[in-house]
Amino acid sequence: MMRVLKVAPAAKLPRLATICVAVASLGLAGCDDNGGDPKSQIGAHPVLPALQQYLLPPIRIAKAVGWGMDETPTVPQGLQVHALATGLQHPRALYVLPNGDVLVVESNGPKAPIYRPKDIITGWVKWFAGAAAKDANRITLLRDTNGDGIPELRTVFLDHLNSPFGVALVGNDLYVANTDAIVRYPYQEGQTSIAAPGTKLTDLPGGPIDHHWTKSLLASPDGSKLYVGVGSNSNITENGILAEYERAAVWEVDRATGAHRIYASGLRNPTGLQWEPETGKLWAIVNERDEIGPDLVPDYLTSVQDGAFYGWPYSYYGKHLDPRVQPQRPDLVASAIAPDYALSSHVAPLGVAMYTGGDLPASYQRGAFVGEHGSWDRTPLSGYKVVFVPFGGGKPSGPAQDVVTGFLDANNHARGRPVGLAVDRTGGLLIADDVGNTVWRVSSFRPGAKPASQ
Amino acid sequence: MQHVRMTETSLMRDVGSRSVASTGKIAVHQILVPFPVAYFTAALVTDLVYWQTVEVMWENFSVWLITVGLIMAGVAGIAAVVDLVSGKHRPAWPRVGGYALAVLLSLINVFVHSRDAYTAVVPTGLILSMLVVVILLAMAPAGWALTSSRRVGANA
Repeated sequence: MMRVLKVAPAAKLPRLATICVAVASLGLAGCDDNGGDPKSQIGAHPVLPALQQYLLPPIRIAKAVGWGMDETPTVPQGLQVHALATGLQHPRALYVLPNGDVLVVESNGPKAPIYRPKDIITGWVKWFAGAAAKDANRITLLRDTNGDGIPELRTVFLDHLNSPFGVALVGNDLYVANTDAIVRYPYQEGQTSIAAPGTKLTDLPGGPIDHHWTKSLLASPDGSKLYVGVGSNSNITENGILAEYERAAVWEVDRATGAHRIYASGLRNPTGLQWEPETGKLWAIVNERDEIGPDLVPDYLTSVQDGAFYGWPYSYYGKHLDPRVQPQRPDLVASAIAPDYALSSHVAPLGVAMYTGGDLPASYQRGAFVGEHGSWDRTPLSGYKVVFVPFGGGKPSGPAQDVVTGFLDANNHARGRPVGLAVDRTGGLLIADDVGNTVWRVSSFRPGAKPASQ
Repeated sequence: MQHVRMTETSLMRDVGSRSVASTGKIAVHQILVPFPVAYFTAALVTDLVYWQTVEVMWENFSVWLITVGLIMAGVAGIAAVVDLVSGKHRPAWPRVGGYALAVLLSLINVFVHSRDAYTAVVPTGLILSMLVVVILLAMAPAGWALTSSRRVGANA
C-alpha cells in the first residue's frame, strides 16, 4: 500500500508520462485530427473510417454574425437569390399553400434539461452558434400576389404553438406538428390567419428531454395518412433506451383516428419527408450520430421503406456496430439496412425539396435540394449550404452539387444557416435561414428582366 | 492533455516554493481532502453499479460525483497552499504527488465520463475510477495530509 507514497519525486514525472501515454493508447484521440474530404462520403458507398473516441470531443462551431447590408448567399451562374422576408425569428421550416401563400415556421427547441455537466457546456456552445434564440412558436404567412418575389402581405398566421416544425394541408384541414402533438386547424383558401382553436390528432414524443425536437410532417397523396419524422432523444442512448420509446422513427398516423404505427425505425433524426415524384416513394434525410470522428457517421438522404430498420442506435450504415450502445441487439442489427445516399458527415441536413420543374434551369429539373445546416463538431467545417442531388429513375443519379453557398464568411463565421426548403408556386426555391433570420428565394436569372430584389 | 499536466506542475511549484520549518497543528486542508476522497470513492461505486446494470442513472451519478470531487479537490489544494503559507507546515512530497496524480486521473476521468453511453464508463472510466481510489486509499493511513509538521514529517 505504501508503495505509491514511496515513489521519489524525481521518478514521478516519467511515471506520469507513462500513464498519460497508457491512457491515450486506450483510444483517446488527439486534438488535431481533421476530417477528410467530404466528397469521399457523398453517394451510395461512402468511405467509412474506423471509429474513434475522444477525451475532449471536438467542438468547432461557426460564430453567428448575421448578414451585412446587401449581403446575400452565393448562387451559380444562371440563378439569382434575394431575400423574400427578413427580420424573422429563427425560421426553421417552410410550407407553400395551394394559393401560393408561404408559411414560415418560426420555432426553436424547448429548453434542454441539465442531466450532466456536459449539458451546461452544450448550452454555451448553442448560444455561441446562435442556436439559443428564443422560441417564437408561431407561423408567419407571406403573400406575393403578383409573383415578383416581394411579398405584399405578411401576417401572423398561427401563434402560441409549441416548438412547431412540420405543416401539412389536407383539404381544409391544416396540420401542425408541434414537438409534442399533431394539431389540426380549420383552413379556408386565402385565409391569412387562424384564430380557431386547434384539435389534437395525436400526441408525439416530447419532453422533458426532447433532444431532437423537430417533427417533420407529410400527408399521403390520398390524404388518409400522415407521416411524421420523430427524432431520437439522445446522441447515442446516453439518456437511456427507455427515453427512445417510439423515437428515431417515421410514424404513420391515421388521419381519421389518430392511431399510429412505426412505419420505419432506426432513423436517428429523420426530417425533410418528401414523396419522390417519379416513383411515389417516401424519402427523408437523417442526421446521424456524433462523437466518433470527423468522418463518422455520414448524414444521409434515403428512401424510407415500410417496416425497415436503419440501424440506430445499435449500428450505422447497415451493420457497423456502435460500441457505445449496451446491451446490443444482434437480432435487430441483422436486419439493419444501409441508407441510399450519403451526404457526408456532420453536414446536418434539415430540409429537402424534391424539384419537379418550374422556374429553375434545366439542370435542376429532376432531383432533390437539400439544406445543410452545417457541422458543429468537425474541422474543417462542413455543410452550411444548399446542395442539389440529381435524380434519375427515382434514385439519386450523380454527385451532389453546391447550389447556394456563402453562408460562411471568409473568417468561417456564420452569416446564416440554411434549414427548411420549399418550392413556391412559380418554381422558385425557398430557403429558411435560422441564423440570418431570413427566407431566401432562388430563381432563374434572366438577362434583361428586372432584378426582383431591388 | 497539455493543460492537465500544467495543473500538476503548477501545484507542485506552489507547494514547493515555500520552505516551511516549524511545528504546527492540524492543517486546514486535512479537513477538506476527505471530501474529494469520498466523492471519487462514491463514483467508483456508481461506476460499478452502472457496469452491472447498464442503467444510465448510475453513469450520471458518477460524472456528477467526479465533477464535485474535482471542485472539492481544487478547494483542498488551495487550502493546502494556504497552510504552507501560514508557515507551520511543510509539504509531504510523496502524498502531494499521490494526491496530484489522483486529481489528474480524475480530471481525465471526468472527460471520459462525459462521453455518451456505455464507453463513458466501460472500460476506461471504470479503470480510472479504480486507480484513483487505490491511490487515495494508499494515502489513508496518513489521514490524507499533504503537509506535515516537522515532528510528524519525520515518519512520512
